Amino acid sequence: MTKLVDIQNLNVCFKGKRTVHALNDVSLAMEQGETLALLGESGSGKSVTLKTLLGLLPPKRTQIDGKIAVNGIDVMSLRGKALQRYRGGEVSMVFQEPALALDPVYTVGHQIAEAVMRHKGVNKAEAMSTALDMLDRVRIPSANRRLHTYPHELSGGMRQRVMIALALACRPRLLLADEPTTALDATVQIQILLLLRELQKEFGMGVIFVTHDIGVAVEISERIAVMYAGQIIEEGTTREIIRDARHPYTRGLLAANLHDVARGERLNAIPGAPPALEVRPESCPFAPRCPVAMAECRAALPPVFHPSDRRRVACLRAAEPIAAE
Amino acid sequence: MLTYLIRRLILVLPVALGVSIICFLLVQIAPGDPLTAIMPVDATAEEQDAMRAAYGLDKPLPVQYAIWIGNLIQGDMGRSIATGRPVAGEVFGAVKNSLLLAVSAAVIAFPIGTALGFLAGYFRDTWVDRAVTAVSIAGVSVPNYWLGIVLVIIFSVNLSWLPSMGAGPGGSQDWSWDWLHMRHLVLPAVTLAVVPIGIVARTVRALAGDILNQDFVDALYAKGMSRFDVLRHVARNAAATALSVMGLQLGYLLGGSILIETVFNWPGSGFLLSNAIFQRDLPLLQGTILVLALFFVAMNLIVDVVQAAIDPRIQRT
Repeated sequence: MTKLVDIQNLNVCFKGKRTVHALNDVSLAMEQGETLALLGESGSGKSVTLKTLLGLLPPKRTQIDGKIAVNGIDVMSLRGKALQRYRGGEVSMVFQEPALALDPVYTVGHQIAEAVMRHKGVNKAEAMSTALDMLDRVRIPSANRRLHTYPHELSGGMRQRVMIALALACRPRLLLADEPTTALDATVQIQILLLLRELQKEFGMGVIFVTHDIGVAVEISERIAVMYAGQIIEEGTTREIIRDARHPYTRGLLAANLHDVARGERLNAIPGAPPALEVRPESCPFAPRCPVAMAECRAALPPVFHPSDRRRVACLRAAEPIAAE
Repeated sequence: MLTYLIRRLILVLPVALGVSIICFLLVQIAPGDPLTAIMPVDATAEEQDAMRAAYGLDKPLPVQYAIWIGNLIQGDMGRSIATGRPVAGEVFGAVKNSLLLAVSAAVIAFPIGTALGFLAGYFRDTWVDRAVTAVSIAGVSVPNYWLGIVLVIIFSVNLSWLPSMGAGPGGSQDWSWDWLHMRHLVLPAVTLAVVPIGIVARTVRALAGDILNQDFVDALYAKGMSRFDVLRHVARNAAATALSVMGLQLGYLLGGSILIETVFNWPGSGFLLSNAIFQRDLPLLQGTILVLALFFVAMNLIVDVVQAAIDPRIQRT
């Protein structure tokens, strides 16, 4: 079976007033129907990875090298009509801020129907009935009435449900979710996560779920890839990452979680800030913040260890059974 | 939507009343006595008083206003002091001509301004954007009466392609849609269109640029929409604001073309207004200003209603 996603040595560099090496040698593979969480802090390259997958980066200011195949389709070679068929048909995306990602002057029904008409070649009435069906599937109450409302008339949670309905309306093989719960209230977050998990089972599509919240990643995904400074520094099943994180950064993220912290105790934050990426990292980008860094870490990029199948860690000290805390 | 319309219409009434009071008072505040313009210099005090009484100018101001507004409601705007003709006829003839000029200028300016603005917004920070910005700044900054004179020198004096004065052959006042009349419209309309081209282009550029930077544009591409679809969405988003700017521009074009009408001897409201001012013709002055002001009020009303009709985010109740 073809891999759902196969990214090889992807490099993305933004040119302009400031050069930013946003992605550096990213490789990533996903099987059909898998749910992967891309975990990392702001600026680590999560969203850039998603946008590259959809070919959404502005071509003039972006230099992209490497190979991206989705379901066997070479994404970088897509142009014009083929690219339009791929976007929304094969792969679709749920955005972080549903309030901004929906067009304010069209009804939500129209916005879903528009995509359906484009991809399924049906007339407006059929597309609207598909839209209605989708609103039902994302558990929007009295969907018939909501079909003709404008985005600003809905709550944040409802808007995100509409966004999900829109993304799934054409039955994509891969769903990209860019921090879909970040802009929502905590209670609504859980509902949206549960909904996404149910829909993923129902539709059987693969999901890449971008988040900076390790709790969310654990909740939703089978596999986790941790990104730092435009690189994937650790990847494994969710269980492996939680039980046996090897990279000091992943350990830091786990330790910084709020669970099991007594009142009044200082939180375990990772000191420092991620690098600016104006130059391509030539050594381990985490070394300046790393509690267990060695001289070699600052000399060259760390080798990638593969402790088991589809598990990898880009750290010199990953081979040590238990690194010093 | 209907209740919104009715509510807005009712709200217009106090505005119109206020406008009429201001029109009336502004003219009274201005120094000078209208009688000096029409009476012989050696007229006796009795003759002056008699004339003043004949025009009702001896009564207190509130009474004068009440009489004026009472007549106005019956469609009588009084008689011009200078010519003795009914003001209503003079004003509506002139406003009709001005409207013709203003609408022609708008028909030239709005599509060109919109197209330039869209191009600049779409190709932001490229040479296209810089060129459009230069054109629109030039359009807004160049004094248009000067431009009018330059155009007259080029196209009337040197090339003799187009007439420089009036609204019809031989000073004819009766407009008709043939080339003999329309060639008189070309130079003043083009001259008048230059400022709104600049303003509309800058407005649309800012709107298109802002909208194209919004997340939903990425989201549209992400669901497989073509470039054309996206532009349609952008246009719909920009329409409400762009149309309101255009509506107000049309109001300005109608009232603000005094200089252009003077340069081209166009028998419009601006021309009438400047004559009325120089002759201290109070009834004519009041009538002209009132009609122009009410037109502006009506324009605002139309803009509000159209905006509410296209932008769902505006409260319609």
